[in-house]
Parts: sequence; C-alpha cells; structure tokens
Amino acid sequence: MITLNDLKIGYRIGSRVIKAVDGVTLTIPDGCIVGVAGESGCGKSTLMKAIYGDIRSPMSLLGGDISYGMNGADGRPVTTANIQKEWFRSVSYIPQSSMNSLNPVIRIRDQFIDFPGTDRNKPRVLERAREHLGKLGLPAETMESYPHQLSGGMRQRVMIALATFFEPALIIADEPTTALDVVVQKEILMLLMDVQERMGNTILVVSHDMGVHYQTTDKMLIMYAGRVVEYGDTESVFADPQHAYTRMLIDSLPTIGDDSMRGVLASLAGAGGDRAFRVEPELIEVKPNHFVARPSLGEVAA
Amino acid sequence: MTVILKTEGLNKVFRQGGLIRSRQINALNEVNITVEGDKPVVISVVGESGSGKTTLAKTLLRLEAPSSGRATVYDTVVTDTRSLGKRAFLGLVQPIFQNPFEAFSRYRPIDTYLLETATRVACLSGSAAEAAVADALRSVGLDYAEVRGKYTNQFSGGELQRVSVARALIPQPKLIVADEPVSMIDASRRMIIINLFKKLRDEAGRSFLYITHDLATAYYISDHIVVMNKGQVVEFGAAREVMNNPQHAYTRLLLDSIPTTRNRWRPRAVRAAS
Repeated sequence: MITLNDLKIGYRIGSRVIKAVDGVTLTIPDGCIVGVAGESGCGKSTLMKAIYGDIRSPMSLLGGDISYGMNGADGRPVTTANIQKEWFRSVSYIPQSSMNSLNPVIRIRDQFIDFPGTDRNKPRVLERAREHLGKLGLPAETMESYPHQLSGGMRQRVMIALATFFEPALIIADEPTTALDVVVQKEILMLLMDVQERMGNTILVVSHDMGVHYQTTDKMLIMYAGRVVEYGDTESVFADPQHAYTRMLIDSLPTIGDDSMRGVLASLAGAGGDRAFRVEPELIEVKPNHFVARPSLGEVAA
Repeated sequence: MTVILKTEGLNKVFRQGGLIRSRQINALNEVNITVEGDKPVVISVVGESGSGKTTLAKTLLRLEAPSSGRATVYDTVVTDTRSLGKRAFLGLVQPIFQNPFEAFSRYRPIDTYLLETATRVACLSGSAAEAAVADALRSVGLDYAEVRGKYTNQFSGGELQRVSVARALIPQPKLIVADEPVSMIDASRRMIIINLFKKLRDEAGRSFLYITHDLATAYYISDHIVVMNKGQVVEFGAAREVMNNPQHAYTRLLLDSIPTTRNRWRPRAVRAAS
C-alpha cells in the first residue's frame, strides 16, 4: 500500500517556486492498476516522478511524505530517500519514448546483462531473460536484435520485459502507448494487464485517453492544477462521475455511432484559464471507494 | 461536378538494402480513390503504422514523387511538377504536420512563418500580407497582437497547432493535407482542432485530407473514409457507411482495437478485490 501524505512538489526557477503538486493525500492499495488522468501541466508526471523517487533539481520536495509499505533489500522500510536503491528490483518505470530509453548500440540481450546489481553469471541471466521474454510472448530472435531493428510496438514490449524482469512490486508507466497506433496499443495494454494478473503488482498508468483508462484500470485518479479532483473505482468513476472536470474528460472524445457535438466544454475550460476547476486539497468519500474534492472557494492564485 | 481528389494507379516503391540483398517495399500499391462533389469535404485516411497513409500524404504534398500513377486535386493534376509550378501548387494544397514543435524552428518568431507564406506563396505585399495573417489567425480563434514576436516555446501544443492551421489557410488553398494533426495534443483539447476543421469546411469552403489512426475522430468529422493496410486501400466509401457496416476484416480489426468507454475488452479478475 502506497500512502501519500499532503505531498507538495515544486520546481525552483531562479528565486521562484512553481508548485506542480499541491497537497495530495491518498492511499493506493496493493495489486491494482491505477489510471492517472488530467491535461498537460496538471502535475501527473511530476507526481509519478516523485513516487518513483526521481526528485532531482530543479524539482524539489516542498512538504509531505510518501510511504511505500514495503521493505528494501537491507530490511529497512522504503522511503523517498532510499528508493533509488530499489529501482528495477521493487520499483520500475516504463517511459513514453522507448527508443530514447534503450541503449541503441547494444543488443537486447546485453540490455538485460546491463542491469545494476544483476546476477554475475551471464549465461544464467540470459537464460532467465529468454524465458521471461517467452512468457511475454516475444519471439526468441528479439534477444539478438538491436533496438533500431524493432518496430515501435516491439520496443515498447521489450521495455515492459525489462521493467518486469525482477517482478517489481510497483511499476509506473508514463503514457506507455501514446506514440503507437490503435492495434499495437491494444496489444500492449493487454500485455500490461497480463503481467499484473500474473505478478500481482501495482501499476500506475498515466494516459490522456479515457478509453485506455476504462479498458485497463481498476482505480482512477483525476488531477487538475496540482490537486486530486476525483479518485475512485474505475467502474464507479465512469458510471457516475462526481466532478464536472471528470465529466468533461470522459465526454471530450467522440465515439463511433454517436454524432453529438464534442469538445465544447473543453474550449470553455480553455477560456476559463487554469483556475476553471480548481479544488480544495481534501477528498470527501461520497460513495464507498469513490472520493471527490470540493471546488476551491475564491482562492487567490500565487 | 468537381473532382475533389482522385488518385489513379498510384504506386510508391522504396528500396531497402544494398546491391546484394535489396528488398522492395510497396508503400503505395495501386491506390485508386475518387471523390467528386460540389461541396467541400473531409476525407479521412486511417490505418496502422506502416500502412502507407503518410506516404499517400507525402505524395499529394509533392514531398515524395510517386513511382507511377497520378493524383488530381480540384481538377488539377498535382503530381506533374512541369505543368503546375511550385507557387500554384502551394496555393492549391497546403500541409499541416503532426508535431508543430518540430515543424517550426524554435529560434524564429512564429509570425515570421505566416508573413513569409503571405508574401512568397500568396504574393501579397506589406500591409496586405499582414491583413491576411491577421485574418487567418482570427479564423482559428487567435489574435495577431498576441502571436506577434512569440517563439514556439511560448505556446501550448494546441495553440501552436492552431497557428499552423492559420498558416496553411493564408494562400487560400482548396485542400489541406493534415498528417496526424492531433496525435501530439492533449486528448481533452484535441476536439478544438477537430471542430475547427469542421468549421473551416462549412464556413470557409476548405476540403481536408485527414490522416489518422484514431477512428473515433475520423468518424466524427469525415464525409469519406479510406482504410489502408500494407499500401493498399482495403475499404473506401462514405464515412458513416464504412464505420457502421464495415465490410473488410481489417476495418473491423481497427474498430475493435479502439479503447471505448462502453464495452470492456475483457473482465479484470482482480477488479473486485480492491
């Protein structure tokens, strides 16, 4: 179980501090896929980086803390300060652009050997890697390929294979399918769900696409201007969204067979600037496992 | 009736590899599409990566010469570079690219691109060029005074894509070829661009060739739809007909792959446990 307690994260630019995450308090239960949605600049990527423990200048932790509810290799509880030692082993990250994340000059097999803290026995690592790729449905030749010889979809599958090699308890996937077409996207999302069902880990998925969230996630987290607007079981959030902003996100895209006008609310929100849907940091449980925040009352923006 | 878009036996072959082991890739394989009519239309081209949809766009934009065949836009053969000069061509067909941050240099104020299009392509001078730029920006909902002198990093993706739509409008083209124009934009703001295309078709009389892998937005704005796979047109027809009653297995595969918010692909075993 991951617990965020009044988490505040900002970026220092000169003498100014821009708050990207502004008081987030929530608990993420173990063994579920949580979808994170919101527009660019709402703080979702910053929140993911913070949970991953990659807090580097100019980003800084302004307040609050994260508890991961697990112990590291040395037996002590994992915190923001020592989570870096757990990267790949208990926490891993699947980035958006796989081409920029794989080493372009070495073969896929060598990327498995390249892991920090991996087994010294190369044949044993390769044997495990081959077996692992097989389980994820990747052909054995993939091991001998260089990244540029693989298609975008295959590269993203290799990224998933690398990220799940040590069966980590937590995986963060930041827009894992944004650059892929619909057919490949479906395969990648199905693979992520398979992995989760087999390993029982927690996966946080960031996506712009509400359809992706509905298809893959168990819980939904909607963010706006650095705060959580709504958080709850996916079924409940889609069936009965409690906040106008969530409604807007769900209704923003057209569906086949429906000719109604779309995107009207989005342009209104654009006209309202970045304060149109500002909320208070506290979440209120309106239904079992379904939380919503109250609108902010005349708060003056910093 | 005007021939809005017609391709006749359009082929494009790419060769890969060296002398000994070379491979041919048919990016376009006998593409025949005919769209006729008197009213401006939106034609969507859908298909997955590698289906040849971007090659089709590049051929129509003269960025790639076809290996054989020809294409006609508004009764003018556009693939013949001799009969139709560059300036006349750019006054007829204009592009919008996928990533506006890559389409424009970040070291140059954005309005210089618009002014250049007005002076060089539309052949306007001085104040007439500025008026054309202001007009074009107004039609996409932006104010010239707010755009002037700004660089790409001062815009959001959606705003910048609107600027590139405005730039494409300046020479008053008949057809605008938009290659994945919204795939780099926030999902919640995509519809602003899509609705803008709709408005420009209905009010300004521009036709669009909309290249995408997003069938939902294609359904929303298209009059005609072209489904491509491996360089071939597998299905072509009126958008509503193709989408509501797909004939080809590949079209059905594309439709089934859309993540909708209605029917789940499969139930999740752990969902109830949380």
